[in-house]
Amino acid sequence: MKPLTNRAKQVVNKEMTFSEKIYLPAVLGGLKTTMSHFFKKQATIRYPEEVRPFSDVFRGKHVLKRDENGAERCTACGLCAVACPAEAITMVAAEREKGEEKLYREEKYAETYEINMLRCIFCGMCEEACPKEAIFLTTEITPANYDRSNFIYGKDKLVEDVNHRTDITTRQAHKNLAK
Amino acid sequence: MNVDTTYLIIKSLMVLTIFGITLLIATYLTYFERKVAAFLQDRLGPDRAGPFGILQPLADAGKMFFKEDFIPQNSAKSLFILGPGIAMFTALLTGSIIPWGPQITLFGETFDFQIADINVGILFIVGVVSIGVYGIMIGGWASNNKYSLFGAIRASSQMISYELAMGLSIIAIVMMSGSLSLKDIVAQQHGMNWNVFYQPLGFIIFLISALAECNRAPFDLAECESELIGGYHTEYSSMKLGFFLFAEYINMFISCAIISSLYFGGYNYPFMDMVTDPTVQGLIGTAVLFGKIFFFIFLFMWIRWTLPRFRYDQLMHLGWKMLIPLALANMLATGAVILFNQ
Repeated sequence: MKPLTNRAKQVVNKEMTFSEKIYLPAVLGGLKTTMSHFFKKQATIRYPEEVRPFSDVFRGKHVLKRDENGAERCTACGLCAVACPAEAITMVAAEREKGEEKLYREEKYAETYEINMLRCIFCGMCEEACPKEAIFLTTEITPANYDRSNFIYGKDKLVEDVNHRTDITTRQAHKNLAK
Repeated sequence: MNVDTTYLIIKSLMVLTIFGITLLIATYLTYFERKVAAFLQDRLGPDRAGPFGILQPLADAGKMFFKEDFIPQNSAKSLFILGPGIAMFTALLTGSIIPWGPQITLFGETFDFQIADINVGILFIVGVVSIGVYGIMIGGWASNNKYSLFGAIRASSQMISYELAMGLSIIAIVMMSGSLSLKDIVAQQHGMNWNVFYQPLGFIIFLISALAECNRAPFDLAECESELIGGYHTEYSSMKLGFFLFAEYINMFISCAIISSLYFGGYNYPFMDMVTDPTVQGLIGTAVLFGKIFFFIFLFMWIRWTLPRFRYDQLMHLGWKMLIPLALANMLATGAVILFNQ
């Protein structure tokens, strides 16, 4: 039979020679190999201190953006929920009251907005579907948790902090390039 | 014998010091072993507990203490408890006759850096090491577990097989030096006159047997994680397991000390006569001895993380058909040379 590769070795059931029987030459060879690894650079990454770089198009946890005045951009149109292939997004819309103009950008807003992180496949379709540039995927990782119910992220976890805006310029650049 | 108070105090202090040093070194050997293993495998090893992970042994010991101390229902309870005790006891006992340094004079008192200079020192070591296997055997048998029993049987047969080769290689040394006392054997290797240059074959046989006696890889058939789920200590938990593992490291330290003393001149080093002050000479000697010991410990670890475990028939083949005939031939050759030179 023709071998698939040229690495195949014919097995011979021969008697071991004396030098093979006393193992010592092979042992010394092995010791040399391991010692050569002693001085090699370690492959380990000390994780919390040292983070492996993410790809530019990495898609992590979602963020609900605010506009430049700090008002929520989301109008609860539901397009993201429709676009979501995993059906992870649910929301309840509400009408903006008088005096809430600072809080919500348009007359309609999302009273609750929930993403089930266990269902989410981080495909980024919600981001593509959003007409208001309200939802983006960040490079943050969804942390582990002890309880399934804690994986349903509400507005408290999704809406960005007014004072600590989430930088999503890389995602926007990607979007602009596609246009 | 003239036993006065100073003598007793000095010896007690010596016992305490060597006991402490042995325990400290064995503790840090666990850390050292993990670091060496990691570096040989392109990893970092423990680095979380303290700077560079140097508090790791303390964390391990704390963990061991707080684990559930479990004794199996159908085990022989008293023997089950006795096993790790014997292992630990015999491991610590052998440190008493190793000459850790030459005789020095401080504050008008002469100090022997040796707890007891027994005139049959080597026989004592061989004897105590043989008792050491009882710890493993009793522990493994008392566990009432087939894996443990297998481990215990393997350990005892391995010990018996390799003790022969070890004893035969020691006989060659004894014939050369004409003394069984470790103190005399070390003192005869003054300067660079080390036994390894006269007994290279004996040294290799002794090294291999020492690896087997310590149950170290590639001869760790008694533990054999993949086949015997830990072998003789399968049923052990908490500090009893800790004692077994700890005894192994103490044994390793002591056997490295014995290899250094028998073959590599112990506290002797080249050009030691150029140091005129005997106290300084002695202290350097002790440091040199520890340097040699650490080199051999590193060699033991290096071998462990290089070689896979021997198969049981290979182990017996190597012991009975290779090492014992070689050791016999070595003994005969040594005898012939001694006779010829007379």
